[in-house]
Amino acid sequence: MLKVDNINVYYGAIHAIKNVSFQVNEGEIVTLIGANGAGKSTILKTISGLLHTKTGSVLFQDHNLKSAPPHRIVEMGIAHVPEGRRVFSRMSVEENLEMGAFTQPNDSVNAAIEHVYERFPRLKERRKQVAGTLSGGEQQMLAMGRALMSRPKLMMLDEPSMGLAPILVDQIFDIVKELNQSGVTILLVEQNAQMALSIANRGYVLETGRIVLSSDADELLHNDAVKKAYLGG
Amino acid sequence: MNTLSLILRQVVNGLQSGSIYALVALGYSMVYGIIMLLNFAHGDIIMVGAYAAWFCLCGFAGNPILAIIAAIFVCVLLGVSIEKVAYAPLRQSPRLSLLITAIGVSYLLENLAQLVFGAGAKSMPSFMPTSTISIGSIDVSWTAIITLIVTAISMAALTLLVKKSKMGKAMRAVSEDTGAAQLMGINVNRTISFTFALGSALAGIASVLYCAAYPQATPTMGSMLGLKAFVAAVLGGIGSIPGAMVGGLAIGLAEAMVSAVGLSVWKDGIVFAILIVVLLVKPTGIMGHEIQEKV
Repeated sequence: MLKVDNINVYYGAIHAIKNVSFQVNEGEIVTLIGANGAGKSTILKTISGLLHTKTGSVLFQDHNLKSAPPHRIVEMGIAHVPEGRRVFSRMSVEENLEMGAFTQPNDSVNAAIEHVYERFPRLKERRKQVAGTLSGGEQQMLAMGRALMSRPKLMMLDEPSMGLAPILVDQIFDIVKELNQSGVTILLVEQNAQMALSIANRGYVLETGRIVLSSDADELLHNDAVKKAYLGG
Repeated sequence: MNTLSLILRQVVNGLQSGSIYALVALGYSMVYGIIMLLNFAHGDIIMVGAYAAWFCLCGFAGNPILAIIAAIFVCVLLGVSIEKVAYAPLRQSPRLSLLITAIGVSYLLENLAQLVFGAGAKSMPSFMPTSTISIGSIDVSWTAIITLIVTAISMAALTLLVKKSKMGKAMRAVSEDTGAAQLMGINVNRTISFTFALGSALAGIASVLYCAAYPQATPTMGSMLGLKAFVAAVLGGIGSIPGAMVGGLAIGLAEAMVSAVGLSVWKDGIVFAILIVVLLVKPTGIMGHEIQEKV
């Protein structure tokens, strides 16, 4: 479904992503794990068109995304839930959801909003509330609900567990699993490697801009090097 | 005439010029909100709008509706083109480059106008009813009343557009977080163009209302008007739409009150004194958002 082939991304003179290739098959949960600064978010931003690769290609369902603007990429069916959630804090919950449906025909928006409310009843309770007043967990739900509004085939989640209490982290990961079961392919970026690998089919380990390891999630969970570096022993 | 009616008359004058400042300030504020640019060419767009109105009034027997339409059309075309030609290529550049470019565009427009229309003032044929109507103890000109009504309608329409329409919501989203807005599938370039079009349309309306009060067009008429409207935007809280409205009216009233107490020489001075005080005491203005640095 998604095929990233030999990309190199720079921030000015800094070579952030070095010859990275990986793929995500339809229906999978694939995770990119690695330390802070390894380049996980940079890869997601490159796929969604916020950053550009100097070499190689990003293919989504056989379309090359390399020169497509971000709004075209959303239209093709990729939703990106950014790091730090980035909900529109001065807009209401419902307006945030409407923004998520920006690429969708107007007459389908209300049904899609109701669909999101079914999945996240908390958001319905707070529909008129300004998003900046929501708790961290609610904001994460809003960010995910907002991404669902574009009817994505592939959803990319950047650190959905960041800053959340453990019980909320469990909830968020349950939701990710449910979304996947309902047919959305997931590309998950996490520092919480344990959690990410426990729900993923496959994983890639990233170190300073390179993929150093790739395997089935189970195998990575039991890999000594991974355990040592990312799973706390 | 007693003191009360003198004050009331100045209040009306203040609201009239304040309305115009508010319409212009909205353009500053919306553009700042969306691309963090103080568009110093905004005042000169009004100057071009005034020439468009003048041209139309001389040619079409003083029809004010046609003049407003012509001014809006020319201002929107000019505002959107300036953004595309001068500002869009600098999207990734430091903000200072953008600011300097805006000042350059301002000089370019002023000098072009001087080249085309000459340095002297073009006097407007009169196009508003010159009669007055008595309200209580004072006579109010129809021009003032029409100015207030047109401004109120424009602001109500703008508020509705920004709050309810899809493009208006996109504008708010882009101005809060451009990156996140892009991830929603919002076409940021189109949203920026839309914002410039909206601000320039208000400038077009303001240019005709301004000419109704001061019936002439000169190549530099936009610079002082633009600066005062900029102060109004800062006073209200730059980036805030209701702030620009409140700030504009406040600046107009402040000017009129200074004149009322016999210090009309200080009319311009008071505006910039307000700017200094706002920057010292509350740089975010009356309704501005606290600037949050992301960590």
